[in-house]
Amino acid sequence: MSDTLVDYDEVLTRYEPVIGLETHVELGTASKMFCGCSTTFGAEPNTQTCPVCLGLPGSLPAANAAAIESTIRIGLALGCRIATWARFSRKNYFYPDIPKGFQTTQYDEPLCTAGHLDVEVDGETYRVEVERVHLEEDTGKNLHVGGSTGRIHGADHSLIDYNRAGIPLVEIVTRPIPGAGAKAPEVAKAYVTELREILVALGVSEVRMEQGNLRCDVNTSLAPIGSLEWGTRTETKNVNSLRSVERAVRFEMRRQAALLDEGQRIFQETRHFHEDTGSTSPGRSKEEATDYRYFPEPDLVPVAPDEEWVASLLAELPELPAARRTRLSDEWGISPTEMAWLVNAGAVELVSETVAAGASPGDARKWWLGDLARRANDAGTELGELAVTPQQVAELIGLISAGTINDQLARQALDGVLAGEGRPAQVVEARGLAVMGESDELVAAVEAAIEGNPDVADKVRGGKLQAIGALVGAVMKTTRGKADAATVKRMLEERLVGD
Amino acid sequence: MSTPSPKGQLTRDEVAHLAHLSRLAVSDEELDLFAGQLAAVLDAVAQVGKADVADVAPTTHAVPMTNVMRPDVARPSLPRDVVLAGAPAAEDGRFRVPRILGEEA
Repeated sequence: MSDTLVDYDEVLTRYEPVIGLETHVELGTASKMFCGCSTTFGAEPNTQTCPVCLGLPGSLPAANAAAIESTIRIGLALGCRIATWARFSRKNYFYPDIPKGFQTTQYDEPLCTAGHLDVEVDGETYRVEVERVHLEEDTGKNLHVGGSTGRIHGADHSLIDYNRAGIPLVEIVTRPIPGAGAKAPEVAKAYVTELREILVALGVSEVRMEQGNLRCDVNTSLAPIGSLEWGTRTETKNVNSLRSVERAVRFEMRRQAALLDEGQRIFQETRHFHEDTGSTSPGRSKEEATDYRYFPEPDLVPVAPDEEWVASLLAELPELPAARRTRLSDEWGISPTEMAWLVNAGAVELVSETVAAGASPGDARKWWLGDLARRANDAGTELGELAVTPQQVAELIGLISAGTINDQLARQALDGVLAGEGRPAQVVEARGLAVMGESDELVAAVEAAIEGNPDVADKVRGGKLQAIGALVGAVMKTTRGKADAATVKRMLEERLVGD
Repeated sequence: MSTPSPKGQLTRDEVAHLAHLSRLAVSDEELDLFAGQLAAVLDAVAQVGKADVADVAPTTHAVPMTNVMRPDVARPSLPRDVVLAGAPAAEDGRFRVPRILGEEA
């Protein structure tokens, strides 16, 4: 079944979107939230479990100090108020992804509240209000067997791996974000991008979306322009890339507009995002929202962050991305607009690391925003997911600066690096990409070009210097791009033009 | 869910239901024994309701402690065969559960 969609620009002529984001971040602690089990990704199923995270009778949880500290640091970075008294609660539900019968989370007394994050889209700043940052535990992973899609429908039974159950999970919830209009999808993406940068700067999580370290639920609603009330929202889950955050909002806006145009109402529901089609489909209905019977977790004592401790955590926060960008703009001599391009491309850290590895800021920007951005776009991935490191890009730039290769050969070298053939220098060596010096082979190619194009050569001799381009082209063709154009031009001039 | 019993009583059926939920195999004789014992426990706990707590602030913990935490150090987990020995069914190193209806994972 495919949904009717309204053209995106048309949506905006009649409706105003309001978005909201709930972001789950798996912390990068060594051990789980309430027990000492390892959190290593990719371990064999059910090899990282114990009586506590399996909810066996008589086991008692003990809170991970590093997880609490990381949560407070995230709150501080988002300008939140840090609670002086916070508690864990039990969220009771029966679903096999949690063996205990409840998820330990924070309910009415979260660690951090009332923060904000400013994000920039096309030169305009949008303030995203953060309602709360709380700490909970992740759930196990279900594998549905028998269905063709790995989803529940048609599945015969489910298999569960509890390695992930109990890994500390921080949930960051925004307040509804009105007023973004046509930019709503981009604001949503910019928010998650900026949040991710902050988490990287804090070093609290690996934030690898493809591994599920960072997962987003995207709320979207539409209201007729001028309406005083917001519309009913849908909550799209399973949004696991930055690009998808934007796509999910855009799709929901177009889908909801079609329903509203027909006079239908939007049901508050959970929807699933499909990476392949960029569409959403209905999930479980929230009409019968479960009563989770939250109550304070009796097995864990309250957390009362000491003022001095919080003050020292605040003082020790690293330079945050926004401040860092301002400083880097100065150092690199670029405008806020140029910096915004780097941010949008997800290239700030990549360029910074490339510069740190020895490249000039100009060259680093040129490669990441140019050739590499094009490749990422063609492949439909993020820049940072390309199989090339900033150090390799710096090495490539170094080879160009040293005259070993030119830009064209560098692109071929990059092909090799991305294909897993090794570092740039190794690829240049293996593929024989180095620029030809004034070798016998190049001299022969230059002379062959002159002999093969006597008319052109005569024109150059006669003073029509611009005609030399055709001869340079001929030499480049013979040498399959490996010659340095400037060297070839000089060699041709030496032979055709007297001083 | 079985029907709750009148206050102060615990029926044999309720004990059987709880035993089932807890995956405990309980014999008929034990059901009679536990129903009586558990009823006595509930009666004892019910005495708390007689206390005058008008001037007492609600609390969730018996001891006034805060900030009990453990350092972030990974420790060995249980061997998988031990873990799965407690599962009603297992397959491919995972817990096997009946298909989950009405919800999407």
